[in-house]
Amino acid sequence: MFLGIDYPTWWFLVFGAVISGYAILDGFDLGAGMLHLFLREERSRRIALNAIGPVWDGNEVWLIIGGGALFAGFPMAYATIFSAFYVPFIVFLMGLIFRAVAIEFRSKEPWLWWRRLWDATYFAACTVVSFSLGLMLGNIVLGIPLDENHEFVGDWLSFFNFFSLLVALTTLALFGMHGAIFLALKTEGRLFAMITSLARDFTIAFIVLFGITTVYTLLYVPHLSDRIRAQPVFFVLPLTMLLVVANIPRHLSKGQYLGAFISSAVTIALLLITVAVEVFPYLVYAPNQPINSITVYNAASSEKTMRLLLLIALIGTPLVAVYTSFVFWTFKGKVRLDESSY
Amino acid sequence: MDVEILARVQFAYTVAFHYLYPPLSIGLGLILVIMEGMYLRTRKKEYEQMTRFWIKIFALIFGLGVATGVVMEFEFGTNWATYSRYVGDIFGSALAAEGIFAFALEAGFLGILLFGWNRVPPAVHFISTVMVWLGSMFSAVWIVVANSWQQTPAGYRIVGEGLEARAEITDFWAMVFNPSSVDRLLHVWIGAFLAGAFLVMSVNAWYILKKRHETIAQPAFKIALVVATVFSCAQLLTGHRSAEIVAKYQPTKLAAFEGHFDSLAPADLYLFGWVDAKQQRTVGLAIPGGISFLSQGSFHAPIRGLKSFSPDNRPTQVNAIFQLYHLMVTIGLILIALSLLGVWMWYRGRLFQTRWLMHLFVWAVLLPQIANQAGWFAAEMGRQPWVVYGLLRTSEALSRNVTANQVLFSLILFFFVYTVLFLLFIYLLNRKIQQGPGVISHEENEPYSRRENPLMTPSS
Ligand code: HDD
Ligand code: HEM
Ligand code: HEM
Repeated sequence: MFLGIDYPTWWFLVFGAVISGYAILDGFDLGAGMLHLFLREERSRRIALNAIGPVWDGNEVWLIIGGGALFAGFPMAYATIFSAFYVPFIVFLMGLIFRAVAIEFRSKEPWLWWRRLWDATYFAACTVVSFSLGLMLGNIVLGIPLDENHEFVGDWLSFFNFFSLLVALTTLALFGMHGAIFLALKTEGRLFAMITSLARDFTIAFIVLFGITTVYTLLYVPHLSDRIRAQPVFFVLPLTMLLVVANIPRHLSKGQYLGAFISSAVTIALLLITVAVEVFPYLVYAPNQPINSITVYNAASSEKTMRLLLLIALIGTPLVAVYTSFVFWTFKGKVRLDESSY
Repeated sequence: MDVEILARVQFAYTVAFHYLYPPLSIGLGLILVIMEGMYLRTRKKEYEQMTRFWIKIFALIFGLGVATGVVMEFEFGTNWATYSRYVGDIFGSALAAEGIFAFALEAGFLGILLFGWNRVPPAVHFISTVMVWLGSMFSAVWIVVANSWQQTPAGYRIVGEGLEARAEITDFWAMVFNPSSVDRLLHVWIGAFLAGAFLVMSVNAWYILKKRHETIAQPAFKIALVVATVFSCAQLLTGHRSAEIVAKYQPTKLAAFEGHFDSLAPADLYLFGWVDAKQQRTVGLAIPGGISFLSQGSFHAPIRGLKSFSPDNRPTQVNAIFQLYHLMVTIGLILIALSLLGVWMWYRGRLFQTRWLMHLFVWAVLLPQIANQAGWFAAEMGRQPWVVYGLLRTSEALSRNVTANQVLFSLILFFFVYTVLFLLFIYLLNRKIQQGPGVISHEENEPYSRRENPLMTPSS
């Protein structure tokens, strides 16, 4: 126990925070990548690339920290989740590989075909990463069948169910919106105008998809909404989320992009917090046989490790926060291209 | 084919590919720190130019290191689920610490290293370079600690039985400072410094041969030569220490390194040889009793050979292990000879005129890479059939719900993707080297400088 909360719950919170950090930070990189082909001119594409150039790698590190956090705190969940999602996860990794190298390789040659090739690769990679992320999240939320050793016993084709596909599409729209708003902060002139209209379109798409997903969840996935119904305080969550989501078009229409960016970041966080509230204490819910589920308690590492991990997080997080802010601050404002740019 | 073989091949292939890049990053990082430090002290233009040139190369290498590293992070979960459950308590903390202390540091400051030259004062840029380098050094720390724990477990206890069994930390520092971690970490670091130094020497030797960029190439070569000389000698010491640890804690591995089969007899030190696994004997040129002498201080001290372990407790690929290990050691000795020769010629004032030596240095870039790979392969294959030495067998460490087809599918995918990446990497690296350290224009702060035009009008 630490401050009245047991260690597994603490670590669940830390893990959730890391994943939210990842979704918010890499979300705008991935979103910007999904918009890449919408930008037609060479210069626009370069500016969009250089907007995320100095930060995307740092953002991706949150995923790696998240993987480490899951491995360390809940080894069983780490083992089950990644071996269960073997196929989508390999696809996801391929996406990450190609995103990294597309960013790095694109500007290395001036030829048109070369740049078109990497533009397409970059776009496809970002889309695939966001989609598979959403798909896996959808399935985690729904639950996957596990046997009594907590190992996956289903078929990977079942991952393509309606609910998860819906979540995946919502994720695409969400990241697209988030990325567009981020780019709006980084661009000027005609490009800026183009991007703001994209931001509007993606916002509308997100709101529609989000609405459908919510209604679908309420109607067909009762085990998720039960917790919120059981403890009415949690109604705060959907309500705030409604307000924050509504805030995005409001800020956009007034041209307050920083406000819109913060709102979309908060939206992502609230979405994940809602998911966390809905699933806790399950890490992987087993609908076939709930007793086989993986919870934060049966998956937790030893208490000693948990304490150690909290210490690592307490020391590490402020450090990361300080220099991440420093990097963002160094590259604040509109993108300027220079000879070290992509 | 069975899942075990496929999963092992996949792990070996992906990690070996990953390991082409991090050593270069770590080694180049050190050299960048030196170059930029020299620039700050002397304010000489050639140091600035070489720093900026090698930063570009660094970016390319780093990108591939990151892309392939992310795969490694999750491969334990995808392919080695049982292993992950077993070691999560121990291994996971190391991986989490690595993410937060090392990768975040590295990736954070990388942005400034690559794009910040015109945005931050030189001192801040220098600090970023140092931070990126330190970050890459730390990345090696945690992962090598985790791997060393698998080689020589310490500071843990086993709880549960059968499928539920897993290792729990009892003493964090004993886990971190397990018997082999310090020596192996030093050995890995130095292997990385050598990889970086020989890359820098190779490229600059080529410029010198071609009489290009000589004012930059010569001082850059000298910096790298100093690094190479210091560390190739140091590598012999850390390698020797590692061998002592192996002798003490992993007798089956030592026996495989040296192809020593006899149950209890003085062990010979082979310079080269061939292991006949069927006949269980080794032929070659050896110093009789050499291993006995190195590990016990006497040429007659008996050492346990492979025959004294039951066949299912000892590695099977003895010849491969033997050859890989000897390849590494031979290369280690060649690197020492080569760098000392370079220093001698420098002292005689003929370093850059000795063309055959420059030619040698152009090709020597391959040697540390080969030694690094051979070293890991020897160390990891010598640990078999254990994943965690003496505790968990490789055959028991798999993900039980993953099918051979899935692993085969991903293996083929990785094979194609990595091959393409590698070819592109070589191609782009070569391009960068051909372009060479450029002239620095000081107009870059103009929003859209003229330099951009060639990019905007693609040659189609
Ligand atoms: C902390 C963990 C860790 C680290 C840092 C490394 N490995 Fe490893 N390696 C493993 C953890 C591991 C493992 C998970 O324990 C494997 C998988 C199967 C096995 O037997 O051990 C393994 C197997 C394994 C094999 C296959 C051995 C066999 O099946 O006979 C090779 C060739 C390598 N590794 C090579 C490397 C290289 C080139 C590395 C340098 C980066 C490396 N390993 C770092
Ligand atoms: C199997 C074990 C390994 C895993 C799980 C692993 C994981 C990773 C990950 C996730 C990254 C990307 C980090 C980012 O996005 O910034 C990475 C990059 C890196 N890794 Fe590994 N790694 C392994 C082996 C090693 C070893 C043995 C070393 C060094 C001795 C090493 C050194 C590095 C370095 C220096 C980087 C930064 C990228 C670069 O410099 O090329 N890694 N690794
Ligand atoms: C000069 C003579 C050398 C000796 C006597 C030596 C000795 C050793 C030994 C005994 C191991 C196995 C350690 C273990 O399994 O725990 C090892 C591993 C290794 N060696 Fe060497 N080595 C030498 C040179 C080199 C050189 C020149 C390089 C690279 C440039 C290198 C790179 C490696 C690597 C990467 C490993 C795997 C990591 C590890 O296990 O520490 N070695 N070496």
